[in-house]
Amino acid sequence: MFEMSSNLMYVAFFLFLASTVLFAVSITGKKFKTREGEEKNKAGLWGYISAVIALIAAVSYFIVRWIAVGHAPVSNMFEYTTALGIAISLAFVIIYPMYKNNYLGIFTMPIVMLIIAYASMFPTEAQPLIPALQSHWLTIHVITTVIGQGILAIGFVGGLIYLIRVIDFTKATKKVLGVEFILFSIIAGIAYILLNVGFNLADYEATFEYTNELGEEAQIDYTMPPLVGPNEGELISGGMNPLFNAPAIIASGDLNVVIWSFLGGLVFYLILRLLFRKPIGGIIQPLVKQVNPQAVDEISYRAIAIGFPVFTLGGLIFAMIWAQIAWTRFWGWDPKEVWALVTFLFYAAYLHLRLSRGWQGEKSAWLCVLGFIIILFNLIFVNLVIAGLHSYAM
Amino acid sequence: MEKVKCECGHVNPYGTYLCESCGKPLKEEKGKIANMRYEGVARRSQTYKKSMIDRVWNFFSSVKVGIWIIFALLITSSLGTVFPQEMYIPPGENPAIYYEQAYGTIGLLYYQLGFHNLYSSWWYMLLIASLGISLVIASLDRVVPLYRALSTQRVTRHEGFLKRQRVFGEAEGLDDPEAEMKKAEKVLREKKYKIRKENGNLLAEKGRFARWGPYVNHVGLIIFLIGGMLRFFPEMYTDEHVWVREGEQEVISGTGGNYFVRNNEFAIDLYDEENEMFEAALERAGGSVVESFRTSATLLKRSSNGTVGSETELEEVKDHEIIVNDPLTFEGFSLYQVDYKLNELSTFSFTLESETVDEDFSDFIFEVDLNDPQKLYEFENGYEIEILEYFPNFLIDDNREPTTINRIPDNPRIIFEVFPPDVDREDENAEGEISLIGIQVNESLNGDHDHTIRLAGVEMVDVTGLTIRKDRTLPVISVGAIIFMIGLIQGSYWHHRRIWIQNREGTLLLAGHANKNWHALKKDFSLISANTQIPSPVDQLDEAAKEKENEGVNQNNV
Repeated sequence: MFEMSSNLMYVAFFLFLASTVLFAVSITGKKFKTREGEEKNKAGLWGYISAVIALIAAVSYFIVRWIAVGHAPVSNMFEYTTALGIAISLAFVIIYPMYKNNYLGIFTMPIVMLIIAYASMFPTEAQPLIPALQSHWLTIHVITTVIGQGILAIGFVGGLIYLIRVIDFTKATKKVLGVEFILFSIIAGIAYILLNVGFNLADYEATFEYTNELGEEAQIDYTMPPLVGPNEGELISGGMNPLFNAPAIIASGDLNVVIWSFLGGLVFYLILRLLFRKPIGGIIQPLVKQVNPQAVDEISYRAIAIGFPVFTLGGLIFAMIWAQIAWTRFWGWDPKEVWALVTFLFYAAYLHLRLSRGWQGEKSAWLCVLGFIIILFNLIFVNLVIAGLHSYAM
Repeated sequence: MEKVKCECGHVNPYGTYLCESCGKPLKEEKGKIANMRYEGVARRSQTYKKSMIDRVWNFFSSVKVGIWIIFALLITSSLGTVFPQEMYIPPGENPAIYYEQAYGTIGLLYYQLGFHNLYSSWWYMLLIASLGISLVIASLDRVVPLYRALSTQRVTRHEGFLKRQRVFGEAEGLDDPEAEMKKAEKVLREKKYKIRKENGNLLAEKGRFARWGPYVNHVGLIIFLIGGMLRFFPEMYTDEHVWVREGEQEVISGTGGNYFVRNNEFAIDLYDEENEMFEAALERAGGSVVESFRTSATLLKRSSNGTVGSETELEEVKDHEIIVNDPLTFEGFSLYQVDYKLNELSTFSFTLESETVDEDFSDFIFEVDLNDPQKLYEFENGYEIEILEYFPNFLIDDNREPTTINRIPDNPRIIFEVFPPDVDREDENAEGEISLIGIQVNESLNGDHDHTIRLAGVEMVDVTGLTIRKDRTLPVISVGAIIFMIGLIQGSYWHHRRIWIQNREGTLLLAGHANKNWHALKKDFSLISANTQIPSPVDQLDEAAKEKENEGVNQNNV
């Protein structure tokens, strides 16, 4: 059973890839005229069909794993992040038919793949539930939240397309820098995944003895060659000597991975820039020149208007009900709770700003992008770095 | 302030932008497209700017101010997660020292700024209060005139109004305009529009109730915030903690001494490490993972027929297995599993030995209940043992005096005085053998002794830690949350759309307005044009954008 669920996820992944390719063809491929004289190309439809089948495979993964493990697979980083990828594809499958915008497909599908690939970097084995998680509210709260975030992610995709479409990449401006930063982050994410997979295949491991933040002797395993060593670290097996050692308060292993990903991303990024001699946004821009900015602006506004109530219901209201049952109080200012509130406030501000003149279009596209950064921050940074009641979710 | 009479005959309040009835622009505005926000009604905040009350009202009614408050809350809230709040630092740590020790100078600054208690600081409360005020005033400022405008709107609109809608078009030279309008009407009816007609003009409207969504959700939020505020009133909120030893019962505070909880047994279950599914994860976790914390509890109630002062009689109300996620509840109270302590000392048993006295001590054994020790132990062979002092949690204090930290027997020390049969305990001059006894401690306090007390056995119990909670604000908060969600859904998943079709001497004027989701409105227009000879109107914003872009392109080419 358990193995079957993993296989279904592989199937889904390759179908998302197929969908990406098909959407790419729909935009760049030849168009032919129908009898009515409209220019058309069926690849977009096939891309959508592929996305739907991929979603079915992904949902099957979810259900099969649920049955195998005995609880909804949303209880740790691997499971939750995978669920986020699936939720984004679900949101896409719902929203695409409303607007039939193939650009949405060509941007959403790779992001779904990237998030699912990122998820698989975390331990994928089945984990038992600690007492606090043993509740039907785990299922209700987390699934609603993840669907909400998935829909909000479509708002991000719309915003990103908008920015790449309208920003002038021929001049060095702050806007260009902003878009380049987002694209660089995506590239660094890809670099992280590739490096992690690569060193894993090579079975890389280095072990250090070091002094931890409590002043105790401890051991740490590195899965990537140590550029940064742990506090007073002594290499005991494998690998190279680090360039320098981090202070005890910093999780040196994680920092090392971040530096590798950053460097890896930088190498990719510079290669692309040298090859094309323009910003990455500028490379992509010709692809989206046919996009109607107003249309993607409306898609992202719509996605956020649809996703916001779902997120609020799952991430705040169901969360409060469960917190009252499990933790004796519906609200306790735990970092994860606070960041859910921050996400809520941010999108609430966005929705109010849309009422004001001058906030449609570009400014609101930046907000859509920022909103999704907050969601990812809450998923990754708050879970892994800021300790709190939710930090079991490793 | 005088009212404004429109040429259509409707009398509008002072400050109206677009006539409430026919939509004729009453004030000159820039741009091709009318500002349709709140239907161009006269809002108090936009009209009166004189008195102090006006100024406060105007300040809080502004959406811009509201957004600033939201952003201020957003930023301050996130600052509170930089380091843990005081309630999440390790118990027993002094925050004045802890933050600096753990996080250095920034930690100290964090503490000095009061960010360690950010969410209960006066300025955070003030922000939340301003949000509440802003919600009330901003909503009232808009909902009342908006309601009036939407209920007084006429079917026939002023041409100036129609032309200045974002979606506008004209259909000239139709063979039979009236027939086309009939067809359009049929299409709109099928799309579930409500149709009103007047003098051959048509207004199709749909989803007006979505317009009230924002106000409904604001009402919900206000109720929610009021609910949160109620907590600060006495009797509304109970937050107590109680430790209950196995086999014992404790009073449930807040119930006026009427309810007790008994801990029949406390247990921790671990996941079976042989479990195939979780094998890998359990191994990585490096050992045991807890499956559940369980307190088998019984709720007891003081029986009502007991007279005052008589022995308390308790009757069992119910048994419940308290686990995390499943509290014991009664009369609005909930008892939650939150903590535990395994193997707390409960009983010491002692023997008496002697190398000098010829007496058989083999049956000589006595037990001391560490939570409620007897003062005196008398034995058949004439021996008496008295407890002079008992320190459940022994400590030598700063004055070098022995004392106890608390009443929990974590480190018990007992000072015994042994009176053999030949010493009379009642005699004031008589002195027994005094010794201090604890775990691995056995000291004589008055010279050489003939007898030695030996610690022969210990018994331990598990203790469960329960939180006692009663939160009377929950109903208010729940109602607020439900209303909020209803309003949010009402405003997000339905969209107010209007389509005007007017017949001006054979030329049809078409205009449309959507509060959100223009895409759907345009699709409805396409459906009309597919079924009639009426062409689809254009989106004047799109046109303007295209013009602008073309200009840009031309400039670049030059």
